[in-house]
Amino acid sequence: MAHEDENAYESLAVAAGGEERWAFGTGFGDPLAGVDTAVPGGVDAKALARECLALGDDALILSQRLALWVSNAHELEDEVALANIALDLLGQARLLLTRAAQADPGLRPPDAPAHIPDEDALAYWRDVAQFTNVRLAELDDGRDFAKCVARLFVLTTWRLAAMTRLADSPDPVLAAIAVKAVKELSYHREYAAGWVIRLGDGTEFSHERMHDALAWAWSGHDELFAISDQAVRDEVSRVVTQVREAATLLGRDKECAAQSVAGRDGEHADDLVTLLADMQSVARANPEATW
Amino acid sequence: MSTGASAGWPLWEVFVRGKRGLNHVHVGSLHAADADMALHHARDLYTRRNEGVSIWVVPSAEITASSPDEKDAFFAPSGDKVYRHPTFYAIPDDIPHI
Repeated sequence: MAHEDENAYESLAVAAGGEERWAFGTGFGDPLAGVDTAVPGGVDAKALARECLALGDDALILSQRLALWVSNAHELEDEVALANIALDLLGQARLLLTRAAQADPGLRPPDAPAHIPDEDALAYWRDVAQFTNVRLAELDDGRDFAKCVARLFVLTTWRLAAMTRLADSPDPVLAAIAVKAVKELSYHREYAAGWVIRLGDGTEFSHERMHDALAWAWSGHDELFAISDQAVRDEVSRVVTQVREAATLLGRDKECAAQSVAGRDGEHADDLVTLLADMQSVARANPEATW
Repeated sequence: MSTGASAGWPLWEVFVRGKRGLNHVHVGSLHAADADMALHHARDLYTRRNEGVSIWVVPSAEITASSPDEKDAFFAPSGDKVYRHPTFYAIPDDIPHI
């Protein structure tokens, strides 16, 4: 054992199963291993596809927003944290978009070149009005860290509540994706809630900034609640109240204007146009590119 | 990236225990405002490729290190005293990690 300890990473790699390329990770599992991908009888395939598309679009767009923080955060450590969360969400988006196209092949944009996989076709060849993410995911946070973590907190609190219940979905693929997502989202919520509390219960200045940011993020929650059942709404309200209390941000909320289900219906802010132009430009300009 | 905040966040040393590792090994350091944030940062920086199952963080300021100048005085005297190694008895095959 002693000689393995001379190099910390060698020791870790040996401990994880002897794979020498520790830098590429060790011991990974396939979340869909052994899961039958046929849509089971009795499941409404179109409704399943819509649900997967909405959850996939939320993850894809939020992931892109978070990725914009890379090389722009206040601290390297938080930059890596945000990038990790963005990658987790991108992983969820890939599985969900793939499942959406499996359940309803009609979702695949006709313009997408035939050799492009479904997940990429949906991500890169749809136009703004075909995206079904909530508006909260697409809004530009203007690189305001308080807004970044406030939005992340509201969205991941809702998503964790929703995914926890989807772990019992009659569709085995969506259920397997949800089981994987719950573990990831638990950490995302913890990270975001930690910052909401730290800044809310911090200095007078950070308290004001966090208050404004949470009001900004919370004003978008109606869209999430519009497609949720009562149990999800109750859990989100309970968690948000608990964190607000710890962050000394209770009872200062302005009434926010009620919103429709705009984003889910394809009505988006200009922020999404800008985001997609950036995200889709390489894939559209070079459809043959591989990465 | 701006550098304003980093001057104020103290340094922490990170120790990670691998999946079947018996001990925590030092993997690096990071900046964080307190122990809780240091643990979260350590998780994000040092276990994101599935390396570990347990993390320790220690304030770097709390570590007392031996000085390189004293290397000879500290370590050289034990180099020629083989009789300090208990090599005169057999270790049974089923006793690992000695």
